[in-house]
Amino acid sequence: MPVAWIPPLMQKLTHGQWQIEIEGETVRQVIENLEARFPGFKKRICNDEERIKPEIAVAVDGEVVTTGLRAKVGKESEVHFLPALAGG
Amino acid sequence: MSSDNGYKVIGTRPIRHDGVDKVTGRAVYGGDTHLPGLLYGQVLRSPHAHAHIRSIDVSKAAALAGVRAIVTGADLPPAEDRIVDLGEETANLKYMRDNMLATDRVLYKGHPVAAVAATSAHIAEEALALIEVDYEVRPAVTEVRAAMRDDAPRLHDNLTTQDFGEDTGKKSNIASHFQHLLGDPDKAFTEADIVVEREFQTATVHQGYIEPHNATAMWNSDGQLTVWTSTQGSFSAQSQISAVLDVPVSKIKVVPQEIGGGFGGKIPIYLEPVAALLSKKSAHPVKLIMHRADVFESTGPTPGSYIKIKMGANKEGKITAAEAYIAFEAGAYPGAPVGAAAMCVFSCYDIANGRIDGYDVVCNKPRSFAYRAPGSTQVAFATEHVVDELAAELGIDPLEFRLKNNATTGTRRIDGVVFPKMGCREVLEATRDSEHWKSELKGANRGRGIAMGYWFNVGLKSAVTASVNKDGTVNLVEGSTDIGGTRTSIAMQLAEALGIAAEDVNPQVVDTSSIGYTDVTGGSRVTYATGWAAYEAAQDIARQCCERAAMLWETEADQVEFKNGLFSHKGDASKSLNFKELIGKIDETGGSIVGRASVHPESGVGGSFATNIVDVEVDPETGKVKILRFTVVQDAGRAIHPAYVEGQLQGGAVQGIGWALNEEYFYNDQGAMANSSYLDYRIPTSLDLPMIETIIVEVPNPGHPYGVRGVGEVPIAPPPAAIAAAIADAVGVRLRELPMRPDRVLAATHALQSQQPIAAG
Repeated sequence: MPVAWIPPLMQKLTHGQWQIEIEGETVRQVIENLEARFPGFKKRICNDEERIKPEIAVAVDGEVVTTGLRAKVGKESEVHFLPALAGG
Repeated sequence: MSSDNGYKVIGTRPIRHDGVDKVTGRAVYGGDTHLPGLLYGQVLRSPHAHAHIRSIDVSKAAALAGVRAIVTGADLPPAEDRIVDLGEETANLKYMRDNMLATDRVLYKGHPVAAVAATSAHIAEEALALIEVDYEVRPAVTEVRAAMRDDAPRLHDNLTTQDFGEDTGKKSNIASHFQHLLGDPDKAFTEADIVVEREFQTATVHQGYIEPHNATAMWNSDGQLTVWTSTQGSFSAQSQISAVLDVPVSKIKVVPQEIGGGFGGKIPIYLEPVAALLSKKSAHPVKLIMHRADVFESTGPTPGSYIKIKMGANKEGKITAAEAYIAFEAGAYPGAPVGAAAMCVFSCYDIANGRIDGYDVVCNKPRSFAYRAPGSTQVAFATEHVVDELAAELGIDPLEFRLKNNATTGTRRIDGVVFPKMGCREVLEATRDSEHWKSELKGANRGRGIAMGYWFNVGLKSAVTASVNKDGTVNLVEGSTDIGGTRTSIAMQLAEALGIAAEDVNPQVVDTSSIGYTDVTGGSRVTYATGWAAYEAAQDIARQCCERAAMLWETEADQVEFKNGLFSHKGDASKSLNFKELIGKIDETGGSIVGRASVHPESGVGGSFATNIVDVEVDPETGKVKILRFTVVQDAGRAIHPAYVEGQLQGGAVQGIGWALNEEYFYNDQGAMANSSYLDYRIPTSLDLPMIETIIVEVPNPGHPYGVRGVGEVPIAPPPAAIAAAIADAVGVRLRELPMRPDRVLAATHALQSQQPIAAG
C-alpha cells in the first residue's frame, strides 16, 4: 500500500502520525482518502479549484509530479508533500 | 572528431552555432531593437525605502514638449490578491502589479512609481523630474531578523504567516514557515559525542549580468501586443505580461532577443508591461532600458539570510543529527527560495535524524528572485563550515570526514525524499584523487579548503520542431532562450540521434508564436529537457525516414531498421543508406520531413553535486584574500559539450568567489543601497583570479536518454564555504558572515591574536 509522509506542520491533523499507509492509485485518491480519515487535510494541500496549491509540491517516489492530482501512485509508492521549488 | 564515450557527437567540442554572430557584434540584443516611430521611456523610482504615496501629479511632465505618454500604477488593471500560475513559478497578482508600478505604497528604494515615453531618452528623463509625488515616509526594515520581530515596521497590512498551507492569522512580515523532520533529532543530539552549533549571515547579492534589463513594446490598435525583450523565458514573460495587463496570451507575442546574462534574474519581468502601457497610450512603439543603478536597486537579487546550523556526530566520525533554522529576506514581496535552501542544506550527507525550519520574510529591499541554485550557496556556506568544525574536533581530515558521511543512491534526505542514482561519492573521490588535493601548499598565511554543494535541477516543459532540408541538414526550432550555449548542446543531441554532424543542425530560438510552450531557461533544465525534446524529435524523423526507405525499397516500414546512423533493409543486406543519402531521395517519397516533440519529464531529473578545492593567501596587513588556485569537481551526468560544461563550472565558481569575498548590497541607515554601480559593487574580473581548473565526473542520469544532468547551477554553491575553510587554514579564523571582506578578515585575525599569549623573547 502507498505510504504518505505527513509534513510536521500537518501532523496535528493526523494525531501525530507522520507516516500513513493509505489506498490510492493517483495523488487525488491518496489525498481524498487522507481527507476521509483526517478531515481538513485536503484543504491544506489543494485550493478551491481542485488543484494542488501553488506553494506546495507533491513528490511520488522522490519525483515532483508534473500532472498534479492525476499523477499515478504505485502500490509501494511514497508520497511526500513539500514546499514548491524553482531554479535560476 | 568523435569522443571516446561510444558517441560520435556527444562529448565533442564543436564551435557554437551562434559564435560568429556573437564575436562579430552581429547578434541582436534587446538594446539593438529599433522600430519606425520608436519612443524612448524612462521610469521614475522611489527615493524612499518605505513610504505611503499620498498623490502623484504628472501634469507638468505631460506638458513638456516631446512627451507622448505617462503611466502610473493607476493605469494597471485593479490589483487582485490572488495567485496566478506562471509556469515554473506562481505569483500573487497584486504583488506582481505593484512591483511593476506602485499604487498605494513604495516598499524599497527604486520601486517604480511612474514612467514617461518621449521622443528622446533625455526628454523622458527631464519629464521625470517634473512628476510630483507626495510621499509619507515610513520606517524601513532591511535585515531579516529585525523584520521578523513583532514590533518591526510592517510592509503589508494584510500579510499573515502561512504555516505550510494553514493561515495562522498572525499579521507579520513572516510570510511563511515550514518544517522538515526526520527521525528523532533531539534524542540524537543528546546521544552525540560532539555537537557544534553556529550562526551565519549572508548579504544580499546581485546576479551581476552585464546587459541591463530592456524591453520594447508595440501595442497595435487591433489589440495585438508584441514585446521584444531580454528574457530567460519568452513564454514565462508572455504569461507574466498577460497576468499583469489582464490580456489573453493569444494577444501577446514575446520575441526573445539575445541575452547578455541572466543567472535567474531575467525570469521575472519589470519593464515589459510598462513599455506596453506607454505604447498603448502613445500609439507608438516604446523602448525602455534600465540604468545600472536601476538594475541593482529595482530588480531581484538573491536574498540575504540568517542561518543557524547545529550538527552532532559520534567519535567514529559519523554525523548523527542535524538541525537548521533558515530565514531568508524575500524583499518587498514574499517568495524567497527558502524551500530550495531547505532541500539542499544537508543533502550532501546521509543523516538519520534532522529538523529544518524555513522562514520567508519580507523587508524593504527589492523583491528577491532566483540566482543560480537559489538558496543553495547560503546554506552550503553554513553547513560546510559546521562539517569542517566537526571534522577538526574529531581530528579527521575534512575530505575523509565527508567520505564517511556522504549521501548516496538510496539515502533518505531530511525532507523525506530518497535520492535516485547520483554522483555525490564519485565527486568526493575525484576530489581526493585530484592532483590539486594531493599537491603541497607552502608559504606563510596560505591555506587550503574544500566544500561541497548540491542542486536538485528541474525538468519542466520543452518543445522543438526539426525540419529536414534536402541536403540532409536540419533546421531545429526551439523555445529555450540560449544563455549558456544551449543552441549547440541541444543540436548535438539531435545530431547524435540522427547520425549527422552538429554542424549539420541549424538551431534557432524563436518567438512565442513560432513554437510550442517551453518553460524558462532556468533550474539547469535546458540541456536536459529541451535536449530530450530534440532527441524525441530525432526519433520522430527517424520513424518517418524508415517509412521513406521502405517506400524506396518497396517493402514495409517494419522491415527497415535505423542503427548507428544507417537505415538498413532487414531482409537485404545490400540495401542501406545513411541519413544524408536517404534525405537526398525524399522528393521521390513524399516531400519534406518535419519532426516534432513536446516533453514534460515526469521523472528522472538528476541532481548534481560539486566540490571545490581552493588555495588562498591572506594579506596580514590588509586582510585581503587572494585566490591562488581553484578547482571545481562536478558530476555532469553526461557532458554533452565538455567545453560548455567547463564554462559553467568556471562561471559559477567565479560568481561564488565574488559572493564570498566582495559582493554585497551595502545599505545606509535610510534603507538606501549605497553602492549601486560596478565601481562600488565589486565583482571579480579576470585580473583577480587564476584560471579555474575543472574536473568533470560522469555518473550518467538514468532518467535521460543520454544521461544528462543539469550543470549550470550547482557550481555556485560551494565557493564561499570552500574559501572560508581556506582562510581558516591560512590564518586560523573561521568567518561566519558573507562577504568575507578584508576588514572582517583583519578584525577576526586581530581578535585571534589578542587572545593568544605573546611569545617570549
